[in-house]
Amino acid sequence: MDFVQLIISGLANGCVYGLIALGFVLIYKATEAVNFAQGDFMMLGAFVCIGFTNHEYMGLNFWLAVPLSILVMGAFGYLFNWGILRHMFGQSQTSIVILTIAMGFIIRFAAGAIWSHEPTSLETPYAGQDIRSGGLVLGVDEVLIVIVTAALTLAFFLFFSRTRVGLAMQAASQNQLAAYYMGIPVKRIHSLVWGLSGMVAAVAGVLFASKGAIDPSTGLLGIKAFAAAAIGGFGSLPGALLGGLIIGLVEPLASRYGPPGVSQIAPYAILLLILIFRPGGIFSQTQRKKV
Amino acid sequence: MRFVFKTSYDTDIRLFKHRAQATWYALLLLLVLATPLYFVAIGDAYLLGEITGVLILAIAGMGLMLLTGHTGLPSLGHATFMALGCYLNINFLGAGVPWLIAFPLSGLIAGVLGTMIALPVLRLHGVYLALATLAMSILTGDFVVIAEPWTGGIAGAAVPDINIFGIEINRYSTPYKFYYLVLFVAILLVWFYRNLLRTPTGRSFTAIRDSEISARAMGINLTRTKATSFFLSATAAGLAGALFGHSAGYVTNETFDLVMSITLLLMIVIGGLGFIHGAFFGAIVVGIIPVAIANGRSFLATTFDVNINVPGLESALFALILVGFILFEPMGLYGRWLKIRTYFELFPFYRKDMFKRQKSYLKTDRVQ
Repeated sequence: MDFVQLIISGLANGCVYGLIALGFVLIYKATEAVNFAQGDFMMLGAFVCIGFTNHEYMGLNFWLAVPLSILVMGAFGYLFNWGILRHMFGQSQTSIVILTIAMGFIIRFAAGAIWSHEPTSLETPYAGQDIRSGGLVLGVDEVLIVIVTAALTLAFFLFFSRTRVGLAMQAASQNQLAAYYMGIPVKRIHSLVWGLSGMVAAVAGVLFASKGAIDPSTGLLGIKAFAAAAIGGFGSLPGALLGGLIIGLVEPLASRYGPPGVSQIAPYAILLLILIFRPGGIFSQTQRKKV
Repeated sequence: MRFVFKTSYDTDIRLFKHRAQATWYALLLLLVLATPLYFVAIGDAYLLGEITGVLILAIAGMGLMLLTGHTGLPSLGHATFMALGCYLNINFLGAGVPWLIAFPLSGLIAGVLGTMIALPVLRLHGVYLALATLAMSILTGDFVVIAEPWTGGIAGAAVPDINIFGIEINRYSTPYKFYYLVLFVAILLVWFYRNLLRTPTGRSFTAIRDSEISARAMGINLTRTKATSFFLSATAAGLAGALFGHSAGYVTNETFDLVMSITLLLMIVIGGLGFIHGAFFGAIVVGIIPVAIANGRSFLATTFDVNINVPGLESALFALILVGFILFEPMGLYGRWLKIRTYFELFPFYRKDMFKRQKSYLKTDRVQ
């Protein structure tokens, strides 16, 4: 029973990593840019929701606050691309990597200045409630995380493969110039996908903050989610989720059964091993450029 | 206006473009050689220690510049190579190896180990290299703790003094000697770097940065060239790490953390990606910012009675400067200087778009 309990809390954690990873992969799939600030987006989304919900701030109803904060983060993502990244269009990937790292620092600072560096948790109507069945005690928050993550991943998978906008996004990343010729508004598509990934970040943030306290440095969790995305294969949506789950499961198991200190190293050690032996990740999507 | 008539292909790759340039660099050399005299005169070597620190950062910056600025591969893990160089140096010195052998050896071993880690990832897109080095950088602190017998773990390790043929060099007791030592290493590396860029190897680095596909079409072995670049880069970082250890005197598991790796990257961007000068300019900025913030704080506190004590202000300010540079001056400080100089050299024929870079349209290398 103990083991199953461990697995389930690991799954819930893994889903949060998976959701953050989903945010990067969305952006990477459509724009070929890597957002190193995705973890900070998640943190910001959580704090926006806390600002709407918690009684010491605005004290809105939780079910009203969640869509509101998702909208706010969507707008934030859209404007982030429109205001900053669009000026980088056509520049090297390296500068975009550095730019997003720097933005992460700024977001972390801003969140600390607005909401303080104290760990805060989100006041949810389902806090502390359990589902009990056959000796298992499942927190409602954990179950909700798993369901929402699975639904979102499926929705985005279908979105990319079935809808016109999704196809336009794929086209925009496969060959920007050709996409332009086909009449795809590449820059607007980029802003749109940044908005989407802001929304996913908000969802991840809300789910994470309902499970435990967060503070501005929680954004560094993004690095673990990065490992998740790379383990799954950068650019693959189910891969992002799978990578997140692997890391989420390995962490509690390593800290329970492994020697001390291993649980912090394990995710990155897996990442390095994957990069060395199967460089493209589990669902590898890369091929070597041929001349 | 100056006209440089090119009468042979060698003119293009000469170390100095014309006599005036050589004169300026000779003057600069004299200046840096004479700097300690000023501190001898005022009898306080504190600032000289800071200048030495900037030089050490610049050495590490040159290493990263070769990789990121000239080969176009981002690395978020150069602090790891600094840590490798530093701890190897400590252990060699502890085992009784003379400094003159231990120092270059630790740099070389750091380079070899770094290349071994990076080799599999070098075949892939640059983003994967950023990721792998990021993971490496996060693990560094943990590995230092695990390898306690060699590194001292959390308690840290003291760095022995340098001894070259009986001359004892220590950062605090003999700051002038230490300055000259670091300066010598820095100049040696600049000389090496400058010459490297004139060789076929160095030029193939730049070719890879500008277009992997064209580079390959020209017959450049991508993986081998990238690995060479990585090796040289990690070696320079290892040497800088060894010197950093001597300058800090004491290193723990928290010395070479992720923030240091990122600082190095930010440094070369602010200085100017793709220019050796950029590493030095960036190091100067990184050296000045904390001092400027501390001074600004005490100025506000004494003059306006305003106390600003927000955690993370320093890194946020740093990040803000960086974002400003990337958006408005992607060529960095050195690029700005280059533009100003060209403006006056060509006066009145400077055009606004002279330094405009050609935009490229992205293509994915994924199969979908």
